[in-house]
This record gives sequence, structure tokens and C-alpha cells, in this order.
Amino acid sequence: MTTPSVSVDRDRVIALLRAWIDPVARSEGRAWLDEKRRAIADGAPAWQFFTAFSSVPRHLGKDDLRLTEADLAEADAACPGWQPQAWSVDQAGRTLLVLALPQADADAFVHTLDRVFETADVGESVALYQSLPLLPFPPRFRQRAAEGIRTNMTSVFNAIALRNPYPRTWLDEGAWNQMVLKAVFVGSPLHQIDGLDERANPRLAAMLVDYAHERWAAHRSVTPELWRPVGPFAEGVVLDDLARVLRSDSAAERQAAALALAASPDPRAAEVLAAEAPDLREAVRSGALTWSTLAVPTRPG
Amino acid sequence: MIFIDPHIHMVSRTTDDYEKMRAHGVVAVIEPAFWLGQPRTTVGSFKDYFSSIVGWERFRAAQFGIRHYCTIGLNPKEANNERLAEEVMELLPLYACKEGVVAIGEIGYDDQTDAEDRYFRRQLELAKELDMLVLIHTPHRDKKKGTLRSMDVCAEHGLDPARVIIDHNNEETVADVLDRGFWTAFTIYPGTKMGNERMVEIVKQYGTERIFINSAADWGKSDPLGVPKTARLMLQRGLPEADVRAVCYANALAAYGQSGQIREEDWLDPEPIDQRQLYMGNTILRGGADPLVEAPEEDERLIIE
Ligand SMILES: [Zn+2]
Repeated sequence: MTTPSVSVDRDRVIALLRAWIDPVARSEGRAWLDEKRRAIADGAPAWQFFTAFSSVPRHLGKDDLRLTEADLAEADAACPGWQPQAWSVDQAGRTLLVLALPQADADAFVHTLDRVFETADVGESVALYQSLPLLPFPPRFRQRAAEGIRTNMTSVFNAIALRNPYPRTWLDEGAWNQMVLKAVFVGSPLHQIDGLDERANPRLAAMLVDYAHERWAAHRSVTPELWRPVGPFAEGVVLDDLARVLRSDSAAERQAAALALAASPDPRAAEVLAAEAPDLREAVRSGALTWSTLAVPTRPG
Repeated sequence: MIFIDPHIHMVSRTTDDYEKMRAHGVVAVIEPAFWLGQPRTTVGSFKDYFSSIVGWERFRAAQFGIRHYCTIGLNPKEANNERLAEEVMELLPLYACKEGVVAIGEIGYDDQTDAEDRYFRRQLELAKELDMLVLIHTPHRDKKKGTLRSMDVCAEHGLDPARVIIDHNNEETVADVLDRGFWTAFTIYPGTKMGNERMVEIVKQYGTERIFINSAADWGKSDPLGVPKTARLMLQRGLPEADVRAVCYANALAAYGQSGQIREEDWLDPEPIDQRQLYMGNTILRGGADPLVEAPEEDERLIIE
């Protein structure tokens, strides 16, 4: 895999995180955080970083950050694809402590993070995986991210898979495909995956279609969003699957099938859509129906 | 009625147990770090064990509507492997300050060897340094002497008895432990520790101040419903509801609540961030934390002997 080019303005990220903490945490907590950041940046022994990292909720609390649309736009400008709308104050504080670690020696930085990853509790794991796109030396965390995807804790999985630009940029195709398939499997909302359309690929589409067949064989349904990464590669017999979904009782499933058929490169797709669901075909064509308007029940990420 | 089981080793239990416990009103559990029935041979096994009781087990419990807390420590049995014990001591500060770690424990004596004594004392010092509570395991054999000795050593190291929980008490130890101002916990465990009929008598005799019970259910033949079953038996035998609540819920909360790491709101009204991380947005507990004690199943015996 070639090295992708992404520019993260880390100083800006730090300034934003620090500013967002102000209205949420008490002043003693903020003073504690700033003192720890200074000590860690000055090369305090590792145990000081570890205990500070664990203790963040005791000093800052765990309230959600109160971010505005403007804050989110700034986040995206500082780190493309970063969507911290569900971040809490302890997560911001923990990320600031990680970003305070000396970065002159990549091996030392990665080694320290390995130790916190390995000993992390649920809240710490979520904070660490969420912070991946903001860290220096991003290719050094590919293995770690792939491991996060294998977790059984849904909240930890979501921390890496949803609203997080790291996977889109840094995961290889195998790991990416596993991540999307697992998101379907655990019921996470696919539209919160950064780069879902850009990184769609034929192997992933085939895996998702197989998965739908498995579920159908067990008389279970699949999320309509499953068809989104399938559409651009739907051809041949997959069009028969989509025709079947087009006859579903669920409006969301019918809409998803129409959107997938509209994205298909196979000329027969347009015929299927015109014959089975001319109204939906019109809705896609007019822009009234898109993947964003699709009525998909979502769980908080 | 809702319950806390403040000493239970859930890593050894199945999801059926979690389901039954929740159905019988258990809303929170504390999992003390202990041994696993077989000695560990490398420090990595301890690390993974500690990680699982602060991580995976906490998440697993939440899926059944139960809040999970733990204590971190080097247990007395494995303190006897000194080479390993040294390495474990280095690991403890990495875990002790994590969220939901309510005490250093369970520590104390098993065979009452010199090595056990050394690591017990060092962990008392660690607890003092980190301003943490202590959970003390008292030995099965030579229990009375071991219990008295544990309390003496705590006093010697200047620990406040109000911040120490002495566990696995029985009729022989209860008076001394209460007299000296320590929290006095009892384990309802079939065969080797307390039966619940005996427990009813203890509460009748000594009252409820600083007394609470647990199941210490683990990989042995034990009963994860020890707390709710004993509560039911106490009510049947005429103890007032307020006493049952104190012994099966409120006192454990008061004792461990001193850590700042366990609060009633955690299960009655969890923070949004906890909802997302542990319950995936499902308000499992909210509005559902009240009487859930169901009729005992046909094959379920209330008496634990
Ligand atoms: Zn135990």
C-alpha cells in the first residue's frame, strides 16, 4: 500500500480540544490537566502518564462536549474526516495527554501507547481508538486498528469504525472489508463510516451479498444500508437479489434496493428498476431519495 | 428490592448467571482480583486478567443490565511465588487508578507465610499512598488467628478501619471485627463458608451496622444468587425490610462508595457516556431497577448450607 497523504494540523487539534473542555470541566480539573500535560511533555516518567491517563474522569468528569456546527467544521478542517460530535470531556482530556507525549522518538511513542492500549479499560479503549486519526506516526497503528476491529465490545468497535477517518486512510482492503462486514453484523450504522462510498470494492460487495444470503436462509433480514457498498458493483445475479429486495415489505429496504440499482454499472439494472419500481426510479433521479434520506433506524455511535 | 453482590468472580460465570442475577434484582457487582483455581506462571497472565476485569467483564455485565466494578491486588495464595509477585507489584499502579476500581484487594493471608505477610504489608502501603480502600481476604484455615492478625497489621500500618473491609467472616470472628470498627462482610458459600440460615441468626444477634453479605461465587460449587436468596430468607424469617436492604445493598454501597468509584446513579441514572459505552444506548436499568424478585423456580433451593 502506498503512503496516503493526509495533513493533520496537530497544533490546531490540540487548541480545539483544549478550548472545548473549558465550558464542560471545572477550573481545578482544567488546571490539573494542564499541569499533567506540561509534565508529560517535559518527559515525566511513564508511570506518571499512565496514572494521569487513568485518572482523567476523576478530574474532568464525563460530560459530553457541547460542540456546535462551527466547532465540527473546525474539526474537519484540522483533521479531514474527524467528527467528534459524540466525544465526551474525559475523551478530549485523554487525547490531550497522549498528544502531550514527546514525539521525537517514534519507537518510544508507539511503545508507550502499546502499554496503555494493552491495559486499557472500556472507557480508555474507546478514547484511544477515537484518537488514532489525530496521532503522529499513523502507519504505526495499522495493526492496532485492525485489532480494535476484532473486539467483542461494540462501543470499542464503534470508536474505530464510526465517525473516524483513520480506517479510510490507513487500513488495507482486507481489514477495511472486515470492518464494514462487522459493522453490518453488530448493527452499527454504516452511514457513520467515513469513506464508505470511496472505499467500496468488488470483494466487499461479494462478501456483503453472501452475508445477505446467509441471513435470508435463516429467515432473518439485513440492514438496508448493506446495499450501499454493493450498488456500484452489482451485476448479473446480484440484480436478482436487488429485485427481490425491491419487493420487500419494508419501505427502507425497497428504497435501498432502488438506490443500489441506480448505482449499478449493469445496463439491466435500469430495466429492473423501471419495471419494478418506476416511482422510486423517479425519486432517485430527482434527488428526493438518497442514502442520506433513507429512513434507517440508527443507534448512537 | 435491588441488590449488590460486592464479592463475586464473574469471569468464572456464564451468561445464564448474569440473566438470573438481574432477574432477581442484582444491579451491581464487585469482582475482587483473586486467583483462578490454578496458579499463574507468568506476569502476562496477571496483566490479561486485570485487563479483563476492568474491560471485557465490565462490558459483558452491562449487556445484562448489571454494573460491574472490581478491586485490584495480588492475592495471598500467589504471593508465595515471590519472583512472580515482584512483577505483579509493578503492574498494580497501572490498574489501581482506573475507573470503577473500588479498592486494593483481595489481599491478606492464606497460609500465613512470611511471603504473604510481606506482600500484604506492601499492598497496604500502596493503598495508603493511592488513598484507596482495602478488601481483606481472611483464611479458611486458622481463620480466627488470621483475621485478628490482619486487623493488627492494618492498625500497625495506620489504616483507618472505616476504609477496610474484612471479608469471609463467621460466628467466631464477627464480634472482634465489629468491635474494632472494620466493615464486616460475610460470604454465603455452600459447604465451606457461611450458610444463609446462620446468616439470618447473625443479623438477628448483631444487627446491621457495618455488616453486609456477598456470594463470592467463582469456579467452585457456589451460588451467584447468594445475596437475593438470603434476602428472601431474611424476610421470611421476619427481619424488617430496612435491615435486609442494609445488609444486601446499602452497607456495601456505603463502604465501597467511599472510593468515589461506585454511585447509586451509575445504575439508576447512568451518564450518557456510560449509556453509549456500556449499554449501547439502551436504558436497560432506567425505570427497570425496581422490584424484580421473581417467584423462585421450582428446582431452586432457597437455603444455602
Ligand atoms: Zn474471592
